[in-house]
Amino acid sequence: MEKLDAQLLNIIQSEFPVSARPYQSLAKKLEISEDEALDRVRRLAESGIIRRIGPSFDSHKLGHVSILVAAKAPAERLQTVADIVSKFPQVTHNYGRDHEFNLWFTLICRDKDEIVRVLNRITEQAGGIETHTLPSERMFKVKVRFEF
Amino acid sequence: MNEQQKRIIRALQAGLPISLEPYKEVAAGIGITEEELLEQIGQWKADGTIRRLGAILRHHDAGYSTNAMGVWNVPDDQVESFGAEASALPQVSHCYQRPRFADFRYNLYTMIHGKTRAECEEVARRISEQNGITEYKLLYTTAEFKKSSPVYFAEKPE
Repeated sequence: MEKLDAQLLNIIQSEFPVSARPYQSLAKKLEISEDEALDRVRRLAESGIIRRIGPSFDSHKLGHVSILVAAKAPAERLQTVADIVSKFPQVTHNYGRDHEFNLWFTLICRDKDEIVRVLNRITEQAGGIETHTLPSERMFKVKVRFEF
Repeated sequence: MNEQQKRIIRALQAGLPISLEPYKEVAAGIGITEEELLEQIGQWKADGTIRRLGAILRHHDAGYSTNAMGVWNVPDDQVESFGAEASALPQVSHCYQRPRFADFRYNLYTMIHGKTRAECEEVARRISEQNGITEYKLLYTTAEFKKSSPVYFAEKPE
């Protein structure tokens, strides 16, 4: 990766400027032109490294509830169960893992009732899976950042 | 949240357009001024409603291809220090305390990222040694079925 791209990514991962001309402030930091800053970010987005530029909201502050679910599905039905789980818009992450609890997913819902409703529908549709809901009791860190 | 705020959230969560004046475009789409939008975003950043406004990357394309969910059985009186120490490591992106369940006795969760499994294991070993916690497991991802940004205040839920 080019050094300038790496520097750009390191900056905008943590903070994208909130101002009328954000690429101008980025350009100033890197001593390049505004157009070059924009072009580089556009290329990083087109190549897929940047998924999205935008806010990460604190779901609790928006009055939402999030939860992690550990599920045990028969190995031969994992894909089927995973597909059922993934199609709910409240499910943000859904991973297969190498453990007896082989499916782990997160839900973000408007309230606890919605969590219960969604989980009931999942278990109805998936049939014969064991699920455990694991609310966070304490958050120590949420920070996805990579150094380039 | 009032209706205008919900409209702002809906517009922002789709991601900013990559253009010279992205906020102006977003504001125009909602029917507010750019100044109103910038002010609201500033307020939300200040009060923590927006945890971060930045680029979200794809780990795989960024070269961090392996991630392991480390689960740890930490005695209650060590949770605090364990959480602080594990969180200090740059390879740990998330660290939460969660309830133990059934015969799953782990109560601390750490998402560990690395270029290889060996790197993840090394990080876990360090956490283990630093804290004297030997009962832990790394659950590796076997499939990424879904990974999306949350959608708040969708106009048509479900």
